[in-house]
Amino acid sequence: MALTDPFAVNITGMGFRYPDNEDVSFSQLDLKIARGERFGLFGPNGAGKTTLMNLMTGVLQVDEGKITLLGNEVCGQKNAVNKLFGFVPQDFSFYQELSPVENLEFFGAWSGLSKKQIKHRTDELLQILGLDDVRDKQVQKFSGGMKRRVNLAIGVIHKPAVLFLDEPTVGVDVQTRHAIIEYLRVLNDSGTTLIYTSHQLNEAEGLCEQVAMIDSGKIIAQGNIDNLLAQHKQESLEALFINLTGKELRD
Amino acid sequence: MYKLWATIQKDIRVLWRDKVGIALMFVMPIILVIVVTSIQNSTFQLVSKNKLSILIQNLDTGKSSTQMVKTINNIGMFKVSVMDKSEKNIADAMPRTDAMLGIVIPANFSAKVAAKSKSVSDNAMASFGLAGDSITKKTVGDVDPLTLYYNPVLQESLRLSVKGALQSALQMVESRETLRTLYFSINEKPLPEKLENDMLNNRTPINEVPVSKDGTKSTPNATQHNVPAWTIFAMFFVIMSLGGSVVKEKVSGSYIRLKTLPTSYHIALISKQVVYLGVTILQAAVIFSIGIWLFPYIGLPALNPPSDLVALILTTIICGWCAVSYAICVGVYSDTQEQSNGFGAVSIVILACVGGLMVPSFAMQGAFKTAADISPMHWCLEAYYTLFLEGGKLKDILNNLIPLLIITLIIQFVTYLGLKRKNLI
Repeated sequence: MALTDPFAVNITGMGFRYPDNEDVSFSQLDLKIARGERFGLFGPNGAGKTTLMNLMTGVLQVDEGKITLLGNEVCGQKNAVNKLFGFVPQDFSFYQELSPVENLEFFGAWSGLSKKQIKHRTDELLQILGLDDVRDKQVQKFSGGMKRRVNLAIGVIHKPAVLFLDEPTVGVDVQTRHAIIEYLRVLNDSGTTLIYTSHQLNEAEGLCEQVAMIDSGKIIAQGNIDNLLAQHKQESLEALFINLTGKELRD
Repeated sequence: MYKLWATIQKDIRVLWRDKVGIALMFVMPIILVIVVTSIQNSTFQLVSKNKLSILIQNLDTGKSSTQMVKTINNIGMFKVSVMDKSEKNIADAMPRTDAMLGIVIPANFSAKVAAKSKSVSDNAMASFGLAGDSITKKTVGDVDPLTLYYNPVLQESLRLSVKGALQSALQMVESRETLRTLYFSINEKPLPEKLENDMLNNRTPINEVPVSKDGTKSTPNATQHNVPAWTIFAMFFVIMSLGGSVVKEKVSGSYIRLKTLPTSYHIALISKQVVYLGVTILQAAVIFSIGIWLFPYIGLPALNPPSDLVALILTTIICGWCAVSYAICVGVYSDTQEQSNGFGAVSIVILACVGGLMVPSFAMQGAFKTAADISPMHWCLEAYYTLFLEGGKLKDILNNLIPLLIITLIIQFVTYLGLKRKNLI
């Protein structure tokens, strides 16, 4: 396993097309995300952010080109590659009938942790994310913010080297958003690469160092936020976003 | 192994918290078994213990018609009521008296029977060479038919047995009259009562012996027929919970997350099969226990368990595995829980119909008989019936278990293809 590769994610000449949806497709896409970065991926609805994230995590298979994660090709090495990253999908991706502890027990086992490791990480994460008081209650009775924190806890239980986050703060209150962003900073400080999508561009501006903007399956801007703002003579990421993608409503 | 154990624990917890699903898998089939067995038991008793109400309007005044009414009474399967001659329509009177059947004996019945007997007797005398010159061969005249009215709700099979019983009574009356006439023609004195009884009532009995593999002669009843049949139906009813659970997992985000973890989805499928196989075995244990211990308290015959318990357990496990495999297959190919539940419910009713749970497969014709062979329920039912009704052993049901296993493996393969096609594994 090429764990010395300087890139967390390296996409070269990637092509992908849904068999039954011509609207979202990628062709000859190149993207490099360095290790330890806080990388933001932005674009209007339907631009292909979630599809790109699904391709980077191996949920979808590329038609051409290749994607490597820490030097390992994503396609064909499922078990080896999947240990390296965590994924926090946009939907609540857990069992609502179970408690946070039961969910972490199950997903921890599937992440390859031992029973002892799961117990240790469960106690630690529930404490950090403020879920310790409700650790044995069924998640379906939780507020949206609490569910988001459970979603995040499951994604990081195995201390992944790369963490993919698809709109991790959507629909939560300000306090929860701050708590989640704060925890993501802590994770990044400990060496975890963050690859993050969101429509909350002011939040993203505070969190990310490097960004890429995509539209219609193409990268339309990429680089350090400050450099991009200077280059396009914009004052904020939101203004830059509008400048690059237009004001027209998207589906 | 720890991954599998954690997955089994998760599936048990999710199932345990799905109270509606548990009710569907346990309470509904139990109610079904009790209701269907009670109804079938009533039908069994209708023929064996209870009596069918029959209304007779005798428009005749002769002795043969009186004898006919008496003979019908003596059959034992009817509760006879006699209707006044003055009433115009027996069909109108039947609902008033709760009669399922009505018979009208025509006005000249006795005279026609007597005339027919006389003709038969004269012809017999002529054949014996005992007839005088005045007696020539005569044409035997027909007796005017009796008319049988019946309530249309009466099943065809029951109506045919009623018709058979009435034919037998009519035969008895006509034979008696012919015998008396013939005896009188030969001896010029009435037939002695003892001789008449010896000739007409001393019938050779028929012993009924249910065929069994182990030599037991216990008579099958509604419980022995229905409990195994509806237990199979209950096992396939897990589709209502399991099919939906597979779809729910597939369409919810949890499946996406599972796909990004370093574990094969096969573990999830094995876990579901283990957990729900346990559910089907528990269903069978509960329903059989109700048959054995509860049925006698609610007036139903107790279930008599088979002597070969190993064969019973093996059949239950294979049947349960087949039911679980089918539920997962439907779940994999369905896009929504509504599709899974709707198709699942209708398909198991169809499989039950063609499998012989509702109509015996031996009574099916042509294409339906072939369809029965591809219904897993048919093979489960045949195996259970061999054990419960015929006292069979494991070796006697192998020819049922092998096709059942083959069908199960085919379903598993079809599921695998579905998972591959939908990029789920």
